[in-house]
Amino acid sequence: MPRIRRNTAVALAATAAISLFAPACTGSTESGATDDPNAGTTLTFWHGWSAPGEVKAIEANIEAFEDAFPHIKVNVVKGITDDKLNQALRAGGSKAPDVVSSFTTDNVGRFCTTNALADLKPFLEKSKIDPVKTFLPPMAKYTEHEGRRCTVPLLGDAYGLYYNKKAFAEAGITAPPKTLSEFDKAAEKLTKTQGDSYRQLGFMPNFQGYETTFEHYASQFGVQYFDGSGKSNLASDPAATKLFTWQKSLVDKLGGYKKLEKFRTGLGDEWGPRHPFHTGQVAMQLDGEWRGKMAGDAKLGFEIGAAPFPVPDDQVADYGKGYLSGTVLGIARISKKQNAAWELVKYLSTDTGAVVSFANAIHNVPSTVEALKSPKLNNDPLYRTFVDIAQHPKSAHAPSSVNGGAFLLTAQDLGVKYEAGREKDLAGGLKKTDTQVDKDNEQAG
Amino acid sequence: MSTVHPGLRAKRRKANLRTLGFLSPWLIGFSVFFAYPLISTVYFSFMKYDGFAPPTWVGLKNWTYVFSDYPFFWPALRNTLWLVLVMVSLRVLFGLGIGLLITKIKTGAGLFRTFFYLPYLAPPVAATMSFVFLLNPGTGPANTVLNALGLPEPGWFTDPSWSKPSLTLLALWGIGDLMVIFMAALLDVPKEQYEAAELDGAGPWHRFRFVTLPNISPIVLFAVITGVIATMQYYTEPLVAAKVASGVIGGSGQQFEPGYPDRTTLTVPQIVYNLGFQRFDTGAACVVALVLFALAMTFTAVLMRRRSGFMTAED
Repeated sequence: MPRIRRNTAVALAATAAISLFAPACTGSTESGATDDPNAGTTLTFWHGWSAPGEVKAIEANIEAFEDAFPHIKVNVVKGITDDKLNQALRAGGSKAPDVVSSFTTDNVGRFCTTNALADLKPFLEKSKIDPVKTFLPPMAKYTEHEGRRCTVPLLGDAYGLYYNKKAFAEAGITAPPKTLSEFDKAAEKLTKTQGDSYRQLGFMPNFQGYETTFEHYASQFGVQYFDGSGKSNLASDPAATKLFTWQKSLVDKLGGYKKLEKFRTGLGDEWGPRHPFHTGQVAMQLDGEWRGKMAGDAKLGFEIGAAPFPVPDDQVADYGKGYLSGTVLGIARISKKQNAAWELVKYLSTDTGAVVSFANAIHNVPSTVEALKSPKLNNDPLYRTFVDIAQHPKSAHAPSSVNGGAFLLTAQDLGVKYEAGREKDLAGGLKKTDTQVDKDNEQAG
Repeated sequence: MSTVHPGLRAKRRKANLRTLGFLSPWLIGFSVFFAYPLISTVYFSFMKYDGFAPPTWVGLKNWTYVFSDYPFFWPALRNTLWLVLVMVSLRVLFGLGIGLLITKIKTGAGLFRTFFYLPYLAPPVAATMSFVFLLNPGTGPANTVLNALGLPEPGWFTDPSWSKPSLTLLALWGIGDLMVIFMAALLDVPKEQYEAAELDGAGPWHRFRFVTLPNISPIVLFAVITGVIATMQYYTEPLVAAKVASGVIGGSGQQFEPGYPDRTTLTVPQIVYNLGFQRFDTGAACVVALVLFALAMTFTAVLMRRRSGFMTAED
């Protein structure tokens, strides 16, 4: 090959390699805008719901909004993931959203610190809305970051325990467990092996077993993620050690990591009708309030019950609490129609009728105090269990962080290694996790 | 001081302008798609930039973070290098082997061609999902067969020591593109050379070593270079495999840490995306992109330099 061809080939190869990545490293910035809230306009609203019933419910709410505000039309875009949302907020453009919602509450810190979403404080003050009094206190908290409020809650999620009443009766269990030692015994009693697998598993304790994530367990233990100076606190917090020790012991009691993991990877999709709790493959499930509706829709051949997830034995006084999260709603900072956008955000998040009807339709927990008191709110006892968990004073969300909850994934990473036996030194692992979380936060800060 | 005739100077200027004119499409493309992104990437690698606020100078902070503190960098780099060495070598060997087999067999060549080419047509996401299903350690048909034969059943995509070999199997399954290229090259080898070799008493191995291989060496080099570059950009398959195998496929508010299990399927392009588009850390993403660029350049340059021992003078 002549020299010129060789050089060209090298240049072409280099171009091919870099052209794919270099554009990832450019971006744009944009400032906000003022607009007449009474002028005729069309807003673009992005949301993440995609199931037909959920999409219909949000569209019904939007129609009600358009009736109440005839000068504002709303162009609704469904099924938006956080990755798409992040790109649109950065790139802007004529089709970029004005109002956005996200299921990932852990992203609030990043949305607020990067100014991806507009500061809602002036809008709330203008509308005389006090978020602390309007929304459930934990939900008011997880929608802001270090005093900057860039989102408001749009319905919430509470996590608790679902159980198969038929399996309970067969195992002679008369009531849902309240403490973790009762829970462990129940899980063992409900577990029936078959060959080197399970005919029925009492509970899937493995991290990544759908909703059995680190933060969902951590709420029951009352883990203090950070110390007073904002440094990661897991190694110093006995609750974190207790969590990992308890989780690993349950994994071992139920057959060990390998056996459970093999079973887990053969289970059905979390969002489909073949969910292992629906099929009876798993007798107890840590899950959110939506599971009750999904189980109902799947027409199970057995009755199910719901209760708060058990607490450590020494915290039995706090039984009833659970992990909280939900959907957050904000205005894109690059939107030129922020006043009109606020009307939509205000309506969807604070109008009691809109909040209650949407909560009933998709079986999520209302996020406003008024909606929780509404007599029109669904009275289904299964659903009400989660409404009560949401209002428990010790129910909480993990703290917001500047890097979108990377600290939770780092902690869970240790959990996976520990449950699998690839990390033997828990204390050392927790120290390493703290160091990593601090480094990541420093880089993002 | 030499003097140039004014007429000659004008002629040279005209020739230069004409050359530039012909070169301009490439120059524009080079500036827009190579020089500007490269310079921007270097610039942003020294900046704190989240894509919203204006970038601010942070010196070597992003470089230090990526090399010393970012937990995904070294696993991703190790995995990418492993895949470059193992996956590319096996793909070239397997593609060449299948190509040889199909050019040699007398009957059913069409059937074999179709059999090996069809998987290549499957979209990467669908192909990966199917493969994860086939290799599901609990319910997949692969382990059912292994179990029936009394053989050990690997955890495949869920086992840290099997995840990269599983990705390699997936890459070999979609070998159709290389197979077709090798087939074309093999059919192009002059028959007289085989006849001459046979007359000289060359057996099958010597015919392959001294006739086939020298004739197809440019194609082998092409397959290796494009394979190396493609593997350095390997993104979709490991990400989908990790997501599907882990069972975390985008629940309500769930976050997914790439690389399941134990970061063994992390690749460098994945961490560029993780840093740049998920953590909003454009500066650190640019550092990783530059490392990837340097690696691709190095691999390509080394391979191109080695070509002299690999190719004939006519190539």
